[in-house]
Amino acid sequence: MSAPRAEMVLGVDTSLGTPTRLALWLTGCLALTVLLTVGSLFTGTSSIATSWHWLLAPDAQSSLVLWQIRLPRTLGAWCVGALLGLCGATAQGLFRNPLAEPYLLGTASGAALGVAISLIAVDSTIVELAWAGKLGMTCAACIGAGAATALTIALSRGVLQTTSLLLAGIVVASVLGAATSLILLTKPEIFRAMQTFLLGSTAFLSWASVGWVGGVLCLCLVPAIGLSRGLDALTLGEDTAQSLGLSLPLIRIALLGMMSLGTATTVGQVGIVMFVGLMAPHLVRETLAVNHRQLLVAAPLCGGALLQAADLLSRWIVRPAELPVGAVTALVGGAYLVFSLWRRNRDA
Amino acid sequence: MLETPPPSAAGPSPALSCVHLCMGYGVRRVLDDISLEFSAGTWSAVVGPNGCGKSTLLRALAGLRRPLSGSIVLQGRELSLWSRRERARRLAWLAQDSTGTDLTGVEVVGLGRFAHGGWLGARQGTDDAAIRHAMRATGSLASAQRRVSTLSGGERQRVYLARALAVEAPVLLLDEPTTHLDPPHQEDVIRLLRDQAHGCRVCVVSAIHDLSLALAADRLIVMGRSGLIGHGTVAETLAGDWLSAAFETPIHVVDDNGTRLWRPSLQPA
Repeated sequence: MSAPRAEMVLGVDTSLGTPTRLALWLTGCLALTVLLTVGSLFTGTSSIATSWHWLLAPDAQSSLVLWQIRLPRTLGAWCVGALLGLCGATAQGLFRNPLAEPYLLGTASGAALGVAISLIAVDSTIVELAWAGKLGMTCAACIGAGAATALTIALSRGVLQTTSLLLAGIVVASVLGAATSLILLTKPEIFRAMQTFLLGSTAFLSWASVGWVGGVLCLCLVPAIGLSRGLDALTLGEDTAQSLGLSLPLIRIALLGMMSLGTATTVGQVGIVMFVGLMAPHLVRETLAVNHRQLLVAAPLCGGALLQAADLLSRWIVRPAELPVGAVTALVGGAYLVFSLWRRNRDA
Repeated sequence: MLETPPPSAAGPSPALSCVHLCMGYGVRRVLDDISLEFSAGTWSAVVGPNGCGKSTLLRALAGLRRPLSGSIVLQGRELSLWSRRERARRLAWLAQDSTGTDLTGVEVVGLGRFAHGGWLGARQGTDDAAIRHAMRATGSLASAQRRVSTLSGGERQRVYLARALAVEAPVLLLDEPTTHLDPPHQEDVIRLLRDQAHGCRVCVVSAIHDLSLALAADRLIVMGRSGLIGHGTVAETLAGDWLSAAFETPIHVVDDNGTRLWRPSLQPA
């Protein structure tokens, strides 16, 4: 065999290709998050000068706005974005498809249906719901998402075929979406609340949401990071991964379960926020050469910063009013995808 | 778990064998009643026309497709009875068409140690040694820190070959390991397979399209469209003219100072 020309490249740590670059990248993401957090403290219905005054000379009302409304909102947005980024990166790895996203398996439609049913049950609007109600809605979203995932898996007859899983996901999503529309037609009183939900809104995030989503994020990180080497193996093809000793059913069940829990949690808190779960892992992969362990750490940080930025934008563009955050991410994400497509066509 | 196979009464037991193996997809039967034995220290080449079931045979032997009937025995024990990880440490398989991946070369080769490490894949010293050895043997060290998707076909194939070698399995199944390689690197691979079999006492089974390369193997498994034509040494294969039977057309083999070469017939048929 040819002489070893590059013996030196196999140094001590060969698993982290470019550790310094990754560290720089992660630091950048965290710094951006800090900036956005501070920025969002100054953004709202009152002017920046007023916010500044509030910070320097706090009174009861201003500290309520700053520390009970604005801070949990932006931190909650970070948690939701991070969870979406994690679920998106996992979905893309599991399905070996860069266009996979967290809402793929009908989870979003299932969660939406669950929320619609729960709204009828409690006969209330999102704004009126106390945190216990929010928790109930999250549970309803989780149950809906879980049921949708189970339905998808049942339709595709198990978790062995990636393509049939994806197709079943599309079927389930459209059928459940139709069911939700029917409910909306017959119960117009929940229409406004559902609209907020379907467009995605970070306006109702509280400290309870931060704790809830943050907890689920930590919970979801465990199987994701634990199975990251399995996802690496999957990039070589399903047969090769199996020959390496990976159990396809195990990794699929574990990660699908994690994805539906994560997605349902985010849907229960902010509704449907498009593109964050798709964009975050893409941005990471385009700027860093990464394996899945690195991706599953970087994508949540990226997704968190993305949704924080979108949240800030949604409050800033039409201030003092605000846009639904889902509309902002859809616009920005769509523009990004078009740009990405254009660049790919140009390079090809 | 039983680590060593029970001693067989009739001489050393084969590293890998199959008995009355039948394989098929849907209603189509691809392999029908195939019985073969592969011993350690031998390099066997599977040859035959396209679509005769070479890949299917290797997949079945690797435990990737469940046989319709028949049994496969790995190191004295039914293949399906080995645990996933135990099997993965004893049997390495190399796919015919390997997909590109964003991982770096060394990360891909490191995946060969998937079934060796702990739960979180913490790499040990023995893993590093195996990775380095496999990459040196395949001449793929220069690709260590490059993304596999940016490598040329030949460089990529050598990285994947190193991945299979890094398993350090006693049984090595390779589906067309010389595809995408230019002639000098094909030579390297053939030398490598020989060395694995004769030097490291590995049981090597490879599907090989190039007849001249396949004729360098110790044993040939000759498959035709209608099933297994024969299984034996190169001399037996040539004596029985199995290759012509398999390809349903005369196959000319010349002897160049002990090296058998396939001579393409350029006369109009």
